[in-house]
Amino acid sequence: MKCNRMVDSGRRQFLRGGIVGAAGAAAATVLPAGQAKAQGLARVDYPSNRLANIADLVVNEPMDIEFPDADSPGILIKLGEAVEGGAGPDGDIVAYSVLCPHKGWMLSYNSGDKTLNCPGHHSRFDCEAGGQQTWGHATNNLPQFALRVDDQGDIHAEGVDELIYGRLSNVLES
Amino acid sequence: MAYKRHTDRLPIIPADAKEQNVTCHYCIVGCGYKAYSWPLNKQGGTAPSENKFGEDLSQQQFQDTDAWYSASMYNIVKQDGKDVHLVVKPDVDCVVNSGLGSIRGARMAENRPSKVTGTQQQRLTDPMVWRNGVWQPTSWDDAMDLVAQVTARVVTEGSEDDLVVSMFDHGGSAGGYENTWGTGKLYFDSMKVKNCRIHNRPAYNSEVHSTRDMGVGELNYAYEDYTLTDTIFMVGANSMETQTNLYLNHMVPGLQGGAKMVVVDPRRTLTVHSSEQFAGAENVLHLAINEGTDMALFNAILTHVVDHGWVDADFIANSTFQDGEAVAQDSAVPAGLGSLDYAMQTCRTSLDEAADICGVSSADIQKAAEWIAEPHDDGSRRKCVTCYEKGIIWGNDNYRTIGALVNIALATGNVGREGGGICRLGGHQEGYYRPNEGHVGRPAEYVDQFLIRGLGAVHHIWACDHYKTTLNAAEFKRVHKRRSDMVKDAIDAAAGGTREQVVDAIVGAINAGGLFVVDVDIIHSQIGQNAHVILPACESNEMNLTSMNGERRMRLSEKYMDPYGNSKPDCLIAAEMAQNMERVLRDMGDDAYADQFKGYDWETEEDAFMDGYNAGNPEVTYDRLRDMGNNGVQEPVVGFENGELVGTKRLYADGSFDRHGRDDKKALFCAAGWRGWQAAGKAREQAAHKFWINNVRANIFWQNQFLDQKNEFVQDRFPYPFIEMNPDDMVDLDLNPGDLIEIINDNGVTQGMAYPVSTAKPGQVAMVFGSPAGSQGNVVNPGVNELVLPDYKHCWGDIRKISNATAETAAISFKAKEVQF
Repeated sequence: MKCNRMVDSGRRQFLRGGIVGAAGAAAATVLPAGQAKAQGLARVDYPSNRLANIADLVVNEPMDIEFPDADSPGILIKLGEAVEGGAGPDGDIVAYSVLCPHKGWMLSYNSGDKTLNCPGHHSRFDCEAGGQQTWGHATNNLPQFALRVDDQGDIHAEGVDELIYGRLSNVLES
Repeated sequence: MAYKRHTDRLPIIPADAKEQNVTCHYCIVGCGYKAYSWPLNKQGGTAPSENKFGEDLSQQQFQDTDAWYSASMYNIVKQDGKDVHLVVKPDVDCVVNSGLGSIRGARMAENRPSKVTGTQQQRLTDPMVWRNGVWQPTSWDDAMDLVAQVTARVVTEGSEDDLVVSMFDHGGSAGGYENTWGTGKLYFDSMKVKNCRIHNRPAYNSEVHSTRDMGVGELNYAYEDYTLTDTIFMVGANSMETQTNLYLNHMVPGLQGGAKMVVVDPRRTLTVHSSEQFAGAENVLHLAINEGTDMALFNAILTHVVDHGWVDADFIANSTFQDGEAVAQDSAVPAGLGSLDYAMQTCRTSLDEAADICGVSSADIQKAAEWIAEPHDDGSRRKCVTCYEKGIIWGNDNYRTIGALVNIALATGNVGREGGGICRLGGHQEGYYRPNEGHVGRPAEYVDQFLIRGLGAVHHIWACDHYKTTLNAAEFKRVHKRRSDMVKDAIDAAAGGTREQVVDAIVGAINAGGLFVVDVDIIHSQIGQNAHVILPACESNEMNLTSMNGERRMRLSEKYMDPYGNSKPDCLIAAEMAQNMERVLRDMGDDAYADQFKGYDWETEEDAFMDGYNAGNPEVTYDRLRDMGNNGVQEPVVGFENGELVGTKRLYADGSFDRHGRDDKKALFCAAGWRGWQAAGKAREQAAHKFWINNVRANIFWQNQFLDQKNEFVQDRFPYPFIEMNPDDMVDLDLNPGDLIEIINDNGVTQGMAYPVSTAKPGQVAMVFGSPAGSQGNVVNPGVNELVLPDYKHCWGDIRKISNATAETAAISFKAKEVQF
């Protein structure tokens, strides 16, 4: 799905520090021995992005979003029935990456059975079961975005539970 | 809630990482992968100069990129004694898969044993012997001495017929040319063991005797024929689910290029659905025949083709036998073979007759014949590639049914030509190189019944698990366990005795009806529960391994990690067993017999390759195969020119057929006479039960379920074996999705979880085959054909609820598996 709605990226922030992993210090060769320090964190630091307000959502009509940055498209859906891991007062709001974790093709939402489907190789993922791959070729289930809903009903994405297709760090690093 | 790995980044492959060739070892297609490994304290960077891909990895990579890998493609393994990072990812330059990974192969790295990440801790590390009431780890010397002492006693006091051997014959995994040669030399050269069987069936036989007897080897095409053809004719196969990347990378381009597709299968498979998406429903014909009636369908198609003159007259005249009967039907040949005219006397079947038998319309059968053979408007011949697999191989009347299908390909000249071929699709890769097995005989011994009858004294098992992959499995398990328990009890009673006293106790138990069991495997299998000695093997990439895929493409899949613990390649285990046999026999004073076990001074798997495959194919060496990379060479290799091995794109391109060994090089037609249910007991069972219990495959763990029983991604999806059912049938039985059910008939009982499928016909269920958590073979009767080919596909039973869905089964997705836009 092509994104048709801007997200609030004003508070987007990227990984601080920039060196990956506990070993780190790959660039420390110019420093005297013994001064290398690991500057990266054990996990990537996700931004907290406002995606929408609950009032913006219509049941079973996916909204295009981006998380954690503009190159990682996803959808935000109010399913209409509570699901495990669903956010919001009704426990029915979920968000997923729409890049197929098999080969990165853009998934399309089928509102009939609430699945995301790949036109390339026919994998499909169940939006009501945490993005479980109902059938397909991907070797992980669909990355789901962790959501937080604040007192104003604003929905924020704050994390991802699988590696997003096309990046070896969910938050891109320079 | 779906299983998630919570991986938010992966180590980047550094630019100087070691790169090696890998052929996926799980299925017949043999997709090319690359293994990258590098020291644990190093990592690549996002700058193009810092990573293997030369790409800026600080940017999002897009669709079909080579510069990405998933968490399942990563692990930490031992290489030359040191822990290293490992990434195994699809190879974009391999012509087989062009960078596509399957849900199986793209988990190869994750399914490696690792003491660092904790994956596959079920892998065996050390030999074990039954001692003091449990399996005790021990040294190779100790375990092998016990194996040789008992085996040598038995074959000298009795005969080699008392040694029963179950051994893989395939490529990939722990098979391959090295390992089939090692085991083959031991049992068919040093000994002449005839009571042996193959990993998935109860005898040592071909699954496709008839096509071979007709002169047509079963793997005769090139995968590119699917893109060059007018029609894909698929029978009893579901390639979208199984040979996934053959389907996606070769069949789909064919369909998108205008090819039509005919699918014969009682079940509406994912292949039918996806093909309709790719080709348009008007170009896909699904013949949902009654189970087991394929032969009548093929005979009607052949009759229609012949009667309308859509045959290739020149091909028939030049390449097929012309003079009536060539081979008469007898106990080793379940149908006569000869000329087309000869075969037609038996095969002739009208469209209406077939429609009655098969339960599909005569118009659809006619349409299939037209799509397969009717010449184009300009008079040119239609090209058709035919592929088949377990639906008829494990189906009714194997010999004649496959023969009837090959008849159509021969009559239309669709063998050895571009866009043609008549091939089985396959399961594992192939990798068979053994001394002549003629002493086994034809029909071969029905080994599982031989054991059930109380015969045999020692059972050597190599990477076979009858518990999951045999028919009449319930009875087999009962008897095998009882007989092996007799030996366990004898060992326990002899506790504290010397080796000689323990061997005496074992032989005493054998003479009383017991069975001494040696199990060589990579994990502690279910049949391994009955073993007295367990020997740990390694598999592909823990050793170098050569195999060929479904278009005879041979590759060297390179060793990138150490065997786990003290495990070893099967070929070297066989060599060690032979050396121990030689020593023990010499100690027994039988020098002549001991001398038969010479010739195993192999230190590496390459030594076994040179002793076997290379001796018969002197052009082919490890170095040359390594140079040929993941595209390898298509067998047979016919030369070495300009630094490259020269192969053979497709067999029989010259119109000469030799698989039957006939001097005239003429292909034979099969007099495939329809006779209803061929195997004993099928008709009665069908009449007595409500449900036909089809057995089927699932792409997620096809060919590697033994590893995936310890893979959480897979167990989360299918915590129990699925049994696909018609939703109305489920309502009738008061079943909800995920409820645990059992299937019952006179042969036994098995279990699984109810899985509603709207396209399932009422009264038909489809149970996944080979599951560790529910063996479909428990309910399959012992019926086989004249050549001991099992009819796994046809069994009937009743269904009973065991319990409501568990927390695990209730949580999985039960939505349609078919893509929907």
